[in-house]
This record gives sequence, C-alpha cells and structure tokens, in this order.
Amino acid sequence: MKSLYFCLENYTDIIVGIMEMKTIVSEINGTVRVGLDLLQNNVDFAFASDLMSDVLTVEKEDILLITGLANLQTIRTAEMADIRYIIFARGKNIDGQIVQLASENNMVIITTPYSVFRVSGILYQLGIQPVF
Amino acid sequence: MELKYKIQGGNFNRAGYASSEVKKVLKQLNVDPKIIKRIVVALYEGEVNIVAHAFNGLATVTIDAEKIKIVLKDSGPGIPDVEKAMELGFTTASPAVREMGFGAGMGLPNMKKNSDFMEILSTVNVGTEVVLMNYFSK
Repeated sequence: MKSLYFCLENYTDIIVGIMEMKTIVSEINGTVRVGLDLLQNNVDFAFASDLMSDVLTVEKEDILLITGLANLQTIRTAEMADIRYIIFARGKNIDGQIVQLASENNMVIITTPYSVFRVSGILYQLGIQPVF
Repeated sequence: MELKYKIQGGNFNRAGYASSEVKKVLKQLNVDPKIIKRIVVALYEGEVNIVAHAFNGLATVTIDAEKIKIVLKDSGPGIPDVEKAMELGFTTASPAVREMGFGAGMGLPNMKKNSDFMEILSTVNVGTEVVLMNYFSK
C-alpha cells in the first residue's frame, strides 16, 4: 500500500508539471502576438534570461523562454535553440519584424505587463519546472 | 555541397541569417535534430562574433555525407590572445553588443562545446578565421 501511495504521488507531480499554453496566457494576463493556433500545446520546462548567450547553452529543447529582451536576436536565438514559446515581460514593444520572424518559425509569442520575476513565480507555482 | 553567406559587421538585423539557412538545409537532409542544434548554435555564435567585432565576413559551409565544415573568415581587429578569448567570461564587446543579449564572454566557449573540432587563426588588425567541424553520426 505504501508503494502505491508513492507511485500516485509521483504521477501527480508529472501531471502538475505539464501545462497548456492557453492556461499560461491566462495566468500571466498575457496577450498572444503570434501562434494563436498553437495554444493547445503543452510545455513543462521554462528558462528566464535576458542574456541570449546563456539561452544558447540550454540543451533541452521545446522549453518556454521568459525574457525582457525584445529584439530580432531573441527570435533568432530561440530559432537556433529549438525554443518555440517566448514570453516578453514588462509590456515590451514587439515590432513587425519580430512578429514576422517568429511567425515564419512557428513560434508562440506572448506579451505580459508582469515582470520576469512575477511570471517566473507564477509558472513555478503552477508546476512548470526549471531547466537548471 | 558548398554554401556561402556574407556577414556584415555591425548589422545585427542580419545576424543569424546564415545559421537559419543552414538549419533549413540540414533539416532537408534529415540530419539528427540534436546535431543540427549543435551546429547552428555554434554557427550563430560565430555570426554574432563577426557582427559584433569585425568589419565584414564570409561563412563558407561545406556539407558532405558524413560532416559539415564551416569556415568563418572576417576582416577586422583580430584576436590578440586567442587563449584568453577562449576563457569563459572574457569579453571585449561593446555596450551595444550587450544590449543585443550577447557580449558576456560565452560565445567562443559555447562554439567549442557545440563543435567536434574548432580552430581559430587570427592576425591582429587583419582578421580572424574560425574553422568548425561537426560529424552527422557518432
């Protein structure tokens, strides 16, 4: 009985760690700028950084990136690192070039008025796991 | 197959174009996605280095059945101490480069980590040549 209890507990942990993108959008008061058709996709890991060189050292694929750096290189970095989900914090301006490049790469781009710290806290509480 | 891409120093809008094109080609060739990621991350860091430090450069990409060879050659200030430049955290990048999310002294070490072979040849006030090689299967 004891082993069954542990088994169920682990199973619950796994379920909690996976989240649909549309739930994340709603929890962070987000606006979807690109990728409305991909919101049923699930993510389970996230990484927060404004340093793109740091993002490029992450070996895990298909993670969610939380950043305050909104330029074309953020999208290029995500493209090379096989990251399809990006949250731009603090209401960053997303220009047409960013939207176009993200769209060409089948990404989901979300903006939120919340800070990187607040977004990270919310997602961590929801069970999204850290890469490191 | 040989592909060539011009890289313009200082033009951050174009940084990543060569890596993006090479990624598309490698996908079409059905190369293992994990190996593609290593190759394009190394190439992208190399592109950013040329944009950040050099006047202009050229990426020559040669692909055969077993491997990819990338030669990144630039005209620029060169690297006075290659060993020092390879140290994690050492940087000479400008504030403008840092605003782009780079310039933390992680580029060259990350290029080495993501390639099976890497060689740097540099002459001060002339330029730098970086050779990268990755094998498609191990």
